[in-house]
Amino acid sequence: MIGDKPKGLGDHLPIIYPAVMLGVFFIIPFGIMLTISFFKRQSGGFYTPTFDLHNYQNLFTPHFARVLVFSIFISALCAVISVAVGFPFTYFITRMRRKAQVVWLVMLISVLSLSAVIIGFAWSLILSQTAGISNFFVRLGLMAHPTSWSPSFWALLCGLCYVAFPYTVLVLYPPLSRLDPHLPEAAQTLGASPIKTFFTVVVGSLRGAIVASLVMVFAFTLGTYVLPQILGRPQHWTLSVLITDEAIYHSNLPLSAAMAVFFMLVSLALVALTMRIGKGRTVEHK
Amino acid sequence: MHLMTGLALKDLHKYYGSVVAVQNVNLHIPHGRFVCFLGPSGCGKTTLLRLIAGLEQPTRGRILLDSSDITDQPAHRRNFGMVFQSLALFPHLSVGENIAYSLRVRKVENPMRQRRIDELLELVRLPGYSGRHISQLSGGQRQRVAIARALAIEPRLFLLDEPLSALDAKLREDMQLELRMLQQRLQITTIVVTHDQREAMTMSDLIVVMGTDNQVHQMGTPLEIYREPADTFVADFIGTSNLLQGFYSGDREAAVLGKTLKIESVPEGLASGSEITISVRPEDISILPGAREGENCLHGIVTFVRDVGSSVEIYLDCDGFQIISQSTPQRRPPVKQKDAATAVLPPAACKVLTS
Repeated sequence: MIGDKPKGLGDHLPIIYPAVMLGVFFIIPFGIMLTISFFKRQSGGFYTPTFDLHNYQNLFTPHFARVLVFSIFISALCAVISVAVGFPFTYFITRMRRKAQVVWLVMLISVLSLSAVIIGFAWSLILSQTAGISNFFVRLGLMAHPTSWSPSFWALLCGLCYVAFPYTVLVLYPPLSRLDPHLPEAAQTLGASPIKTFFTVVVGSLRGAIVASLVMVFAFTLGTYVLPQILGRPQHWTLSVLITDEAIYHSNLPLSAAMAVFFMLVSLALVALTMRIGKGRTVEHK
Repeated sequence: MHLMTGLALKDLHKYYGSVVAVQNVNLHIPHGRFVCFLGPSGCGKTTLLRLIAGLEQPTRGRILLDSSDITDQPAHRRNFGMVFQSLALFPHLSVGENIAYSLRVRKVENPMRQRRIDELLELVRLPGYSGRHISQLSGGQRQRVAIARALAIEPRLFLLDEPLSALDAKLREDMQLELRMLQQRLQITTIVVTHDQREAMTMSDLIVVMGTDNQVHQMGTPLEIYREPADTFVADFIGTSNLLQGFYSGDREAAVLGKTLKIESVPEGLASGSEITISVRPEDISILPGAREGENCLHGIVTFVRDVGSSVEIYLDCDGFQIISQSTPQRRPPVKQKDAATAVLPPAACKVLTS
């Protein structure tokens, strides 16, 4: 059966359920949003149905461009940091004994049970002047007096990476634990130092998994909404904040829908580009 | 200091916690030889190879290569070539990049690397495969690439861990010959781990037999191991042996199965009355029809005749003890199942084992 193309209604039955779910909860809402993005706003009211590219034209403001670039920049930076830290971290976990692996994974998964609001306030507390970690550094004599590090760009980046890190590890864990332990050993017998082995063989043979996790963290972080408002200043607000602002506080649903559609197209293009780069360097299949 | 070429293992031990992996290993492997570590699974032969490669650290003991101590040298500084059981070819690199990995790590210039890749692919009979992807190769071809990769730097030692176990029987026999001829051409000290005694006997100059007690039982040429086994484990593990337990009654005679057997040679200083085991190879035993009297004759009933075409095995029940004999089809004894027959054990073929 496997490999055969499904024929007739009977063979297609199993995919009806996921197809309906996908349609109802993804395609139809997206269609509604796409439609609204072409509608005209009624001031004081809702919107009037029409076909109007006005909303898309209104996107091309310096403010929107700045927020868009910032959102993409901080998401990409968060993805790179999470994977750069998460990959070696996960590699060391997979080399541990089974029991130790479980403890680490459970600890990481427990982070997922925290809401973004709690994480945001926890970090703003840690980075605050009154009760934050800088007091500890003053105690150690590393700093002269306590400082407030939040809200700031770095506070936001810390918070975003903290949220993204468990997901990174969970995405990287299966391919890394399947890695043949003889591969790094073979590299060592061939003369590669442990560090060289890690970069040429472990990273090299798992490039696909690394690209996949970069894309995942990037897309995941693009949608962040709560953390920028807790840990960032207004200039650190991401596009999600701007879209919400437009939709709820300015009641301009058509413009916010247009923003969301445009944002999605840009991020899809970036994801496609990343996957293209990830694939490009593998050996040609003749 | 006494200079010794080749690989020397001195009092080598490896424990994992309380589990013994290898113990009491003292070996000297001369330069340029083809050596097989042979033993049942779990005897520590792979661990011993990994200790030599530097992938494991011994709990106790030293490893010397050409009289210099390499025990504490990390694997990547030893300049050995190793072929893993899983082959461990790098899936993200092409055939050529796999082979040239060790050269790239050593910063060999590209034109030189290309030349070496072509040389090695020629050597393992895969010319023109440099640009292929590993997933496009068959099992036998992957095997050859793994061998070429390990040989790229002209290693001081060539180590192979069950290299042929993944191949089918026919290909395995071909690769055994090929590997042996390759080693003879390159004159490189080679150690192969295997559990297949036929493979070990085909390829090696020397066989190291390891037992389930994780110790080395015997080291010798294939024929020495077969003809002069050091103990009952080796006699039983290598080929088929008839192992008869009894006592030495002195004067080159042994009391076995209620009979007296003449023996040609006896270990020096063997006291009469000692417990011994006599090992006789099936092909040394001749079977005569009926109950004949004479020197070293055992009487019994034929329980089974296994005729596989190229050889004939006859199973004889001598008062509850099974004797197996083997002969060529031309010299097949005229007996059939349930016949009374006599097994003749020539004194020269009776090897006395004391442990």
